[in-house]
Amino acid sequence: MSRKKKTNGKLFTSIYNFLIYIFLYLPIGVVILFSFNTSKRNIVFENFTLRWYRELFTNQPLLEAYGNTLIVGLSSTIIATVIGTLASYGMSKYKFKGKNIIDILLYIPVVIPEIVLGISLLAIFNLSRIPMGLISLIIAHGTFCIPFVVFTVNARLAGFDRSVEEAAMDLGAGRIKTFFTVTLPIILPGVISGAFLSFTLSIDDIIISFFTTGPGSNTFPLKVMELTKTGITPDVYALSTIVLIVTITLVMVSQRDSKDSKYKKMKSENL
Amino acid sequence: MKKSNELHKRIPLLATVSPVTIWLILLVAAPLIYVFFLSFLSTDGYNVVYRFTLSNYTELLNPTYLEIYSNSFILALFTTLACILFGYPFAYSMARAAKKKKTIMMLLLMVPFWTNSLIRLNGWKTLLGKTGALNSLLLHLGLIDQPLEILYTRGAVILGMVYILFPYMVLPLFASIDKLDMSLLEASNDLGANKVKTFLYLTFPLTAPGIFSGTILVFIPSLGYFFVSDIMGGAKTQLIGNLIENQFKAANNWPLGAAFSMLLIAIIIIMVTVYKKAGGDMKDLGVL
Repeated sequence: MSRKKKTNGKLFTSIYNFLIYIFLYLPIGVVILFSFNTSKRNIVFENFTLRWYRELFTNQPLLEAYGNTLIVGLSSTIIATVIGTLASYGMSKYKFKGKNIIDILLYIPVVIPEIVLGISLLAIFNLSRIPMGLISLIIAHGTFCIPFVVFTVNARLAGFDRSVEEAAMDLGAGRIKTFFTVTLPIILPGVISGAFLSFTLSIDDIIISFFTTGPGSNTFPLKVMELTKTGITPDVYALSTIVLIVTITLVMVSQRDSKDSKYKKMKSENL
Repeated sequence: MKKSNELHKRIPLLATVSPVTIWLILLVAAPLIYVFFLSFLSTDGYNVVYRFTLSNYTELLNPTYLEIYSNSFILALFTTLACILFGYPFAYSMARAAKKKKTIMMLLLMVPFWTNSLIRLNGWKTLLGKTGALNSLLLHLGLIDQPLEILYTRGAVILGMVYILFPYMVLPLFASIDKLDMSLLEASNDLGANKVKTFLYLTFPLTAPGIFSGTILVFIPSLGYFFVSDIMGGAKTQLIGNLIENQFKAANNWPLGAAFSMLLIAIIIIMVTVYKKAGGDMKDLGVL
């Protein structure tokens, strides 16, 4: 009786989760399907074609916008990862005045609506005459990425045994050498997931980019925003499909690698 | 000699903490303080004029805006409730799954993030339109004889918001359910409490922090996501976010836009204060 109840519960859970995933993936399915559609208007699926995948590479403004997205994403990720990792390391190691103020400032970009951060950055850029374009975009994206890097590295440092660092120093390694040879390899998973999160947030950002971009430096999400007024063309769907396939492949590869290293780590921990 | 030693000791601290301090002061604190001042300034219809006024704040009470505030609140409330309702069972089963399955479930939740949200919302538009797949299906099955007007309604905006913000609710919920001590639930079961009772008296109170953090991460952004209401609701449904966007772009009245932003900041301060009073930890808001 109870066993039957249990399998029923399991079945119900599986069906429920399946429906949630349907909800999450349904529009992505539409995007993939309509990237092969002969009709230019994304209303009804007519016939199968690969035409948009060819035409995509002649759509200069779209490709340029995607290039800008990648430039901004990579630059702001590098800035946020370096500043955020250093900050997390310093804040966990040293006691100093005003630490709680930095803590509060770090939470502001997380809880504040993006639109408020966007307009306040726009206002300050305008006041300080910073030219609006790729530079202002990179600064703005770096600003909302830094806290997430700090949090993920903090989580990693929470379980970090400081005596390892002391041992290295006792053996004659300098501070900087200790950081790069002892500390960094241990906190690296946190640094990598922080960087990965930054990049993900940056390439999907709409609102902050909308306020902090300048003429001639369009990003892909802003280009899509422009197109939603007139109707999105299938070549945009084609580009999205390519990006999706590339990211899924990358994730699968990294999953396989991390599984290997996890397994090795588990083995070494058990020894 | 002593002084240089002191300085020498401080170098590692300065090297690690200065960059973030300077960055946050210049690009988080200063801009927000400037917007606060901006909300007390005037405009000549084109540029900001440095003359003190309270008129932006009296303008906030304009009846036309009051309707937009209440509309925003209702939308944010329904979005948050829907995310809790659908997200809780999902997060629960994810937290209870075996390790390998957990990773896969988490990945499947995050993958949609890598297709731009505007494009995914347009996918919904295609599905829900008058000649879209949903209406065709319902007509075909004979459940309706007229295509339903789903797009450009409040319901469509809520659907879009839930769609975009769902992971932000699931992640903190998952984190709090994952921390739950299973032996407590077993004990409660052994002592004769049924499942409903165990949930009400144990599981729910213990995972409440996750619900609070999820609420903050969903409710607050949904007041500002003007692009969701633009795509799913057309020009009919306006949010506080649309008001701010309009003042900073088309209407070009930055001081008024700044005053609207202050209203949002006031709402956040109230929510975060309540959250902390209820025992919420700010650290839980950084779980993404």
